[in-house]
Amino acid sequence: MAKVITSTKQCMTNPLRLSQPLGAALAFLGMDRCMPLLHGAQGCTSFGLVLLVRHFREAIPLQTTAMTEVTTVLGGIDNVEQGILNIWKKTNPDLIGICTTGTTEVKGDDLNAYITLIRARHPELDDVELVHVNTPDFSGAFQDGWARAVTRMIEELVEIPELGTRDARRVNVLPGSHLTPGDIDELREMIEAFGLIPTFLPDLSGSLDGHIPSEFTPTTLGGCGVDEVHGLGSAAWTIAIGAQMRGAAITLEHRTGVPYRLFERLTGLECSDKFMEFLSRISGVPVPRRYRRLRGQLVDAMLDGHFYFGDKRVAIAAEPDLLWTMSMWLHEMGCQIVGAVTSTMSPLLEDIPADEVILGDLQDLEVSAAGADLIVANSQARQAADRLHVPLFRMGMPIFDRLGTAHITTVGYRATRDLIFAIGNTLMAVDHEPTQATWVRDDMELPQSSSDFNILPS
Amino acid sequence: MSDLKHQLQNVFHEPGCATNRAKSTETRKKGCTKQLAPGAAAGGCAFDGAKIALQPIADAAHLIHGPISCEGHSWDQRNSKSSGPMLYRTSFTTAISEQDIIFGGEKHLFHAIREIVEKHDPPAIFVYQTCVPAMIGDDLVAVCKAARTKFNRPVVPVLAPGFAGSKNLGNKLAGEALLEYVIGTEEPEHTTPYDINIIGEYNVAGELWQVKPLLDELGIRILSCISGDGRYHRIASSHRARAAMMVCSKALINVARKMQERYGIPFFEGSFYGIGDTSDSLRQIAQLLVDRGADAELLGRVEKVVAREEARAWAQILPFRERLTGKKVLLNTGGVKSWSMVAALQEAGMVLTGTSVKKSTAEDKDRVKELLGNDAHMWESLAPREMYRMLRESEADIMLSGGRTQFVALKALMPWLDINQERHHGYAGYDGMVALVREIDRTLANPIWRQVRKLAPWDLEAFSTHSAEEFV
Repeated sequence: MAKVITSTKQCMTNPLRLSQPLGAALAFLGMDRCMPLLHGAQGCTSFGLVLLVRHFREAIPLQTTAMTEVTTVLGGIDNVEQGILNIWKKTNPDLIGICTTGTTEVKGDDLNAYITLIRARHPELDDVELVHVNTPDFSGAFQDGWARAVTRMIEELVEIPELGTRDARRVNVLPGSHLTPGDIDELREMIEAFGLIPTFLPDLSGSLDGHIPSEFTPTTLGGCGVDEVHGLGSAAWTIAIGAQMRGAAITLEHRTGVPYRLFERLTGLECSDKFMEFLSRISGVPVPRRYRRLRGQLVDAMLDGHFYFGDKRVAIAAEPDLLWTMSMWLHEMGCQIVGAVTSTMSPLLEDIPADEVILGDLQDLEVSAAGADLIVANSQARQAADRLHVPLFRMGMPIFDRLGTAHITTVGYRATRDLIFAIGNTLMAVDHEPTQATWVRDDMELPQSSSDFNILPS
Repeated sequence: MSDLKHQLQNVFHEPGCATNRAKSTETRKKGCTKQLAPGAAAGGCAFDGAKIALQPIADAAHLIHGPISCEGHSWDQRNSKSSGPMLYRTSFTTAISEQDIIFGGEKHLFHAIREIVEKHDPPAIFVYQTCVPAMIGDDLVAVCKAARTKFNRPVVPVLAPGFAGSKNLGNKLAGEALLEYVIGTEEPEHTTPYDINIIGEYNVAGELWQVKPLLDELGIRILSCISGDGRYHRIASSHRARAAMMVCSKALINVARKMQERYGIPFFEGSFYGIGDTSDSLRQIAQLLVDRGADAELLGRVEKVVAREEARAWAQILPFRERLTGKKVLLNTGGVKSWSMVAALQEAGMVLTGTSVKKSTAEDKDRVKELLGNDAHMWESLAPREMYRMLRESEADIMLSGGRTQFVALKALMPWLDINQERHHGYAGYDGMVALVREIDRTLANPIWRQVRKLAPWDLEAFSTHSAEEFV
């Protein structure tokens, strides 16, 4: 049981937290032919845009209602209307995802009413889905915004299924914001290996996996289609990954009757076993040979790698679901979690295998990581890692000083195996070799001559 | 908000700006920011601009009063370098919550300032206003004033909430903060007749350091750079400089002009991008210093250094000519960069397909015409779709632009080079221009281009007619 502590600092220093509107925007970026629109000043969009571009190394479609001081005070309906119309004219999307920001939330802009009015005024917009989500950036964090956007899409877009339309082979997957495009691809392969047909909401693997389009598109290209969301109600099961997705899964179940199973994480041997077992049970298909082999490879990697993980002191800063995933798995590999810092509340925090979990910032991480063997955090922890001379294994968002962030995978046997190799190699590289001085203590009364040890050839 | 309103009027009334002078009183009042189009806008907000302009002051703490988006999404992004203190790279924000919005965030802000003082003891703290606290009426000026007294050090309010306008406006509002609270408040340890200010240079990728050795050699001292590799004390005492160079043409014109007005520091607008422009800038610096009493022999020494450096730079560019001759460059940037790099690119044999003149002044545009001829392509703004088409149809061989449009080029399978603020290579001064040509060559010569443009075997028409025997 970890003690969950909220930092009492008045000055957040080196923030870990990213905002709700950005999390919501990323969820919309996993939709095909979509344009996310942040309802706020243009900086809200441009900062988020730069962050996502640097993280994914991809063009990011993201627009703004460009609120000014005057429109903020008077209310932003004209800006929302103009924004939607401009996007519709210029980019012709299937879906516009509108996320509020702190400014428009403080003012109290009523997006629900705005959209009703805009719909009434502009029948030409009938072919465009408009989904709005309330995401003030003065509360919650990235994964909350993501989960809210997914929930709102379910509420607005999923059709109530007709009786008898259920397809036993179809599975909905609601991935948390901590999963990468690479993770989605990995999950799709696993699920399809059992003869099941997955639909991912959202699907970053379609839009942000780094593909080369045949021509220029101003909206997202690839991802979950609006039509696919309409039909989620005819699936046999919903798989939610990460505790943040529980609410969305329940909303989908209430709306359509599709039962859900939540997997809090899929990194590690036992939780991957449970996932395979579940897929086998719902499909009636035995676990394919390929995954039996991968399981063996993972077990072997655990045996080879445990020397380097055992008792290593690790400090982690990440959003709750990623913190949960990494801390539980590293704990299972024999590490001690000496620091756990996160951005927002989650029911999982109390069960994290550390003495305390701090709702704080990267300065809190820096304090807890002193003397650690490894830091797991985003790129912004690089300054702390440099100061402490502790290696940093980059996970989370943003990662702007490494390649391939979209393809870091953590789900299932193969990804866990590769994580053991990547983190194990990092730990191996800093393993301390003994020197003559290692066993010399201050309280020993050593003769003068022993201070010569440092001139002996090493 | 009255302080902000006052400052906005101040900034909009900028006699140093030619565009502004040409306006009627009525249009001038409306300000220099174009009305932003919702759903079709790009670019940063005023807060973004203010932070860009001030954060390079490396020994100060920079505290952002606002919800998490403002600082949480933007810290540790710009590659502005410091030769000493690193405090500017530590991010401070109040990350205000619902509580603050209901009860007001002033006390929270004050305590945040206290924590910074206790933990880091910086020589000064810059406190940035953002939209939400501006809206709920947090009085930043009053809090900073109280903190200044209590903690006995400068605490500077920067009133540039995002919704006030564009990034460019934010630059100017940051300049106003410097003029009102910083510049002229301290005295330098000593002065020389060779002291200059460089205004609007942010030392991105260490570009100031590409030029500084030349100034050092000439005995010209940078009393203060506003604000690249900046130190609070030096900016506070920058009013004792003899002359100033304004670098980024439109960003801090108010600072240069008002320092001339208040302290009699003459300035010129120059650039360290391009070989000829670097030489011109060095000459102008020297001339202004000599006009103000420095020994006239400086002019001769400048000519010697210029001659040596130009010869060296051209000689270094020459070897690239063979490979670069005829290569078509699409220059998509703004301001002075729309022309200042052109000469060096032409010298290396490259052809300019066109240049964007976003944020460029009338004079900038004249320079483009002078260099490229009257039928040069100039765009106010180039739509990504059009950029993509031009690259795809090989109207250009390489695009030089900022990170935003990077993927337009790369997805068209065309070479691209970053020349904006997130880059890691410095392109200033003589060495910088050689480095730019070298980077262009390195990019164009990469063997990947031939490979990535090839179709997959199964996309070739002949594929279906292959028979297995061919592989035996």
